[in-house]
Amino acid sequence: MKKWKIFRKTGTARKKNTKNREFAVITYSFLGLFLCLMGYFGYFEQVKSEQFINNPYNKRQELFTQSVIRGEIYSADGVTLAETLTDDAGNETRKYPAGRIFAHVVGYSTHGRTGIEALANFSLLRSNIFYMEKAVSDLQGEKSPGDDVTTTLNYEIQLRAFDALGSYDGAVVVMEPETGKILAMVSKPDFDPNTIAQDWDELVSDESSSVLVNRATQGLYPPGSTFKIFTTLEYIHENPGYEDYSFYCDGEYTVGRKTIHCHGNKRHGQENLEDSFAESCNSSYASLGLTLDIDRFATLCEDMLFNTELPTTLEYSKSSFVLAPGDSESAVMETAIGQGKTLVTPFHMALVTSAIANDGVLMTPYVIDHVNDNEGNLVRLYQPKEYGMLLSENDAAILQQYMKAVVDEGTATKLKNDNYEVAGKTGSAEFSSSSDSTHSWFVGYAHKDGKPDIAVAIIVEDSGIGSEYAVPIAQEIFDEYYKEEE
Amino acid sequence: MTDLIVEISKYLMTFLFALYTYECFSSFRGKLSDEKRQGIFRRQMFLMYLIHLDAYLAIYAVTDDIEMILFYIIQVAFVAITISCYRLIYGRSSGLLVNNMCMLLLLGFIMLTRLSIDKAYKQFGIAVGSMVITLVIPILIQKVKFLRRVPWLYAAIGILGLAVVFALGATSSGAKISIAVFGISIQPSEFIKILFVFFIACMLYEKTDFKRVCITTVLAAAHVLILVLSRDLGGALIFFITYLVMLYVATRKLFYFAGGILAGCIAAVVAYNLFAHVRVRVLAWQDPLSVIENEGYQISQSLFAIGTGGWFGMGLYQGMPEKIPVVEQDFMFSAIAEELGGIFAMCLLMVCVSCFLMFFNVAMQMKEQFYKLIALGLGTVYGFQVFLTVGGATKFIPSTGVTLPLVSYGGSSLLATMIVFAIAQGLYILRQDEGNLNEKKDGTKRRRTGTKRRKTGFDEEVEDFS
Repeated sequence: MKKWKIFRKTGTARKKNTKNREFAVITYSFLGLFLCLMGYFGYFEQVKSEQFINNPYNKRQELFTQSVIRGEIYSADGVTLAETLTDDAGNETRKYPAGRIFAHVVGYSTHGRTGIEALANFSLLRSNIFYMEKAVSDLQGEKSPGDDVTTTLNYEIQLRAFDALGSYDGAVVVMEPETGKILAMVSKPDFDPNTIAQDWDELVSDESSSVLVNRATQGLYPPGSTFKIFTTLEYIHENPGYEDYSFYCDGEYTVGRKTIHCHGNKRHGQENLEDSFAESCNSSYASLGLTLDIDRFATLCEDMLFNTELPTTLEYSKSSFVLAPGDSESAVMETAIGQGKTLVTPFHMALVTSAIANDGVLMTPYVIDHVNDNEGNLVRLYQPKEYGMLLSENDAAILQQYMKAVVDEGTATKLKNDNYEVAGKTGSAEFSSSSDSTHSWFVGYAHKDGKPDIAVAIIVEDSGIGSEYAVPIAQEIFDEYYKEEE
Repeated sequence: MTDLIVEISKYLMTFLFALYTYECFSSFRGKLSDEKRQGIFRRQMFLMYLIHLDAYLAIYAVTDDIEMILFYIIQVAFVAITISCYRLIYGRSSGLLVNNMCMLLLLGFIMLTRLSIDKAYKQFGIAVGSMVITLVIPILIQKVKFLRRVPWLYAAIGILGLAVVFALGATSSGAKISIAVFGISIQPSEFIKILFVFFIACMLYEKTDFKRVCITTVLAAAHVLILVLSRDLGGALIFFITYLVMLYVATRKLFYFAGGILAGCIAAVVAYNLFAHVRVRVLAWQDPLSVIENEGYQISQSLFAIGTGGWFGMGLYQGMPEKIPVVEQDFMFSAIAEELGGIFAMCLLMVCVSCFLMFFNVAMQMKEQFYKLIALGLGTVYGFQVFLTVGGATKFIPSTGVTLPLVSYGGSSLLATMIVFAIAQGLYILRQDEGNLNEKKDGTKRRRTGTKRRKTGFDEEVEDFS
């Protein structure tokens, strides 16, 4: 009674019929927040988590090795690249039947993890076999078979590229521009992943050759004349009248104290931009390089994935373009012809070449095609994804034309044939001021109706000029790729 | 064999806890007889003991440590005594709140035992102490009348307390939130939250004229600002939202609420541009993997834990929750999700939501504005804190580093939350007495106070919610 009076006196007791509208607003707002949170939590568990937790920093993956036998890795054409054998005593051995051929790209999982072994670690350690079966083997204390991973890598092409590189150090990347599938990735010097644990100390002590580095994605090289792709593009952007470009080459070009030589001091004579590109005329490019707006040039290169992250989960190095306004003329001239301080990875060059071949659109590169459970049921299929436009369709068309000219009448005429069309750019990159020797480059793509195009980036270290060493490797790869049609 | 026990206990716990959660919400149904309601709470208690037993069986199976059995028995005794005390002293206390409080405490004990037995013992000690202290609060809240007359005292203690922490506090992970008193590290802001709610309730329960609103706003803003300066962003957010909610309900002006939210958004943008540590948090939230070696490490580990655990979890001791930095304080949710599973964690969240709804339920049914605002404010503090910590752990929102009330390790947080629960109990009992009075006033003499009494205590609106 007393309390009731207090209410009356203070007058704060609201009338009974008053609606608690404010409470409704607040309560429903909170409930809404909580529902969103729960929805997000469910979405994460069900959909997002799988991708997220497949990360080398997730040490929890190790826990799965206790209950799952690591799955197998296959090439796109069905060759086993990695498998786990269990002996009678229950000891597991990871075997790599293809050995050195796929050493870097498939990687290893016996001494840390690299390559696809690292990338697909989570899938390989997940067992998607039927739940009851898993429960039964759990209770019996047996391990379940992990899921199998099929890559986009083509065994035949990889083998051909591996053989073609021979005893040279270097790297080969082969891609399908339309899809972004990586068909082959070779790096030399190589190692035998089957004996990595035994050889470990020796491999890491050998600092000079850095055998374990995947040169295809992590090797940073001067691009040499392949860089003229970018210089050309920048010149075209700055000069709408680029078709009227004209230069007379007498074998060298001097500004101040710096002289740029054409290869073998060859006189190219009177030439337009396309000729300069096809003949890879250093003098012409040194000259036009000096006219470029360095800021814009740097922006173009950054748009073309220099100094930026590449769209891949493979381990890679960032290509670097460091020319800045105010740098010396000699630095500008050297950069324009692909020397100087510019560094690229073969993988980056393969992406740029793919984008040119694919009319400017870069497809996100990928190396894992699909994941199956042990019984062959599809767990996950990776679809081609567009990364974005690296260059406009028009720019791509011009570069396609120029790169064809390289093959038709320029430095890569060896690639002319009746079976398929090739476009590309050679390069011979000086890597040491004390040596005349050069790294031999070729980047390019081949086309034949009825089959997807393929793009390649090839570097042969310390060999000679591009047309002599890198071009024949490209030819072998293209021959291999198009042979079935014959 | 050990594996088998852990595996089975994992599934069993998920199942039992899902039932428990179901009972939480079934108790909200409007037209329930008293017997039925009591039946629900009895079943909940039973489930709670089972889950606890199940968990400690698994813990014992793994550790093979007889101490675990003893610790288990002491915990059971503690919970049994707590529930009996509430039964005996406060016959009409909310069964749901008592059960949930015990359930959440037990979950905390279980996970802490697994993570660090020393911390578990410490936490248990604090819980016992807190329980003894807070047992008198329900009476105090009803009997002590000056509580509503000292707004300035609350504000003074609050602002002064926060300022002292700002000036002298120890910095941990970039924020100043704790202060050492006689060698014990305490977090004053946990208690000041409660004072803050009382302060606002005092200010706004009688009058909500413009002048009063202004004064209140200035003083509330002072709290928030000091917290922002101490870099306790989670704390600042809780105070801010709590103030807005209370202001809105007290004044009934949506304009204040909407304006406040808008101002908050602007402040957030300004803070983002001004302070590097805010940007870091946001970056770590947007793409934790890109900064995994530094800022994104903690949240990435949390997501690894949740994701690797999956819906059913790894089982106790089978995961690696210790990989998450400060897991016992800020990321208990992730540890639970990892080892007990996503379903279990989701249920945990829902149990917290049911507590929050109970607070609001009490608030809605209180007749007296002062109490109404108190219940509302405390409910908001609790609910928003749960949202921040779970949202942060799951990357739904940027991580703010607040604790999961009752589950996380930490004495201040534990005691403060138990005070909040005790106050809510006091108000719940008070509300029922109000209901009783109404009945007598209406001249209806009902011995059996069950359904009818409750019904009068419920507004129509409330039943819609339940």
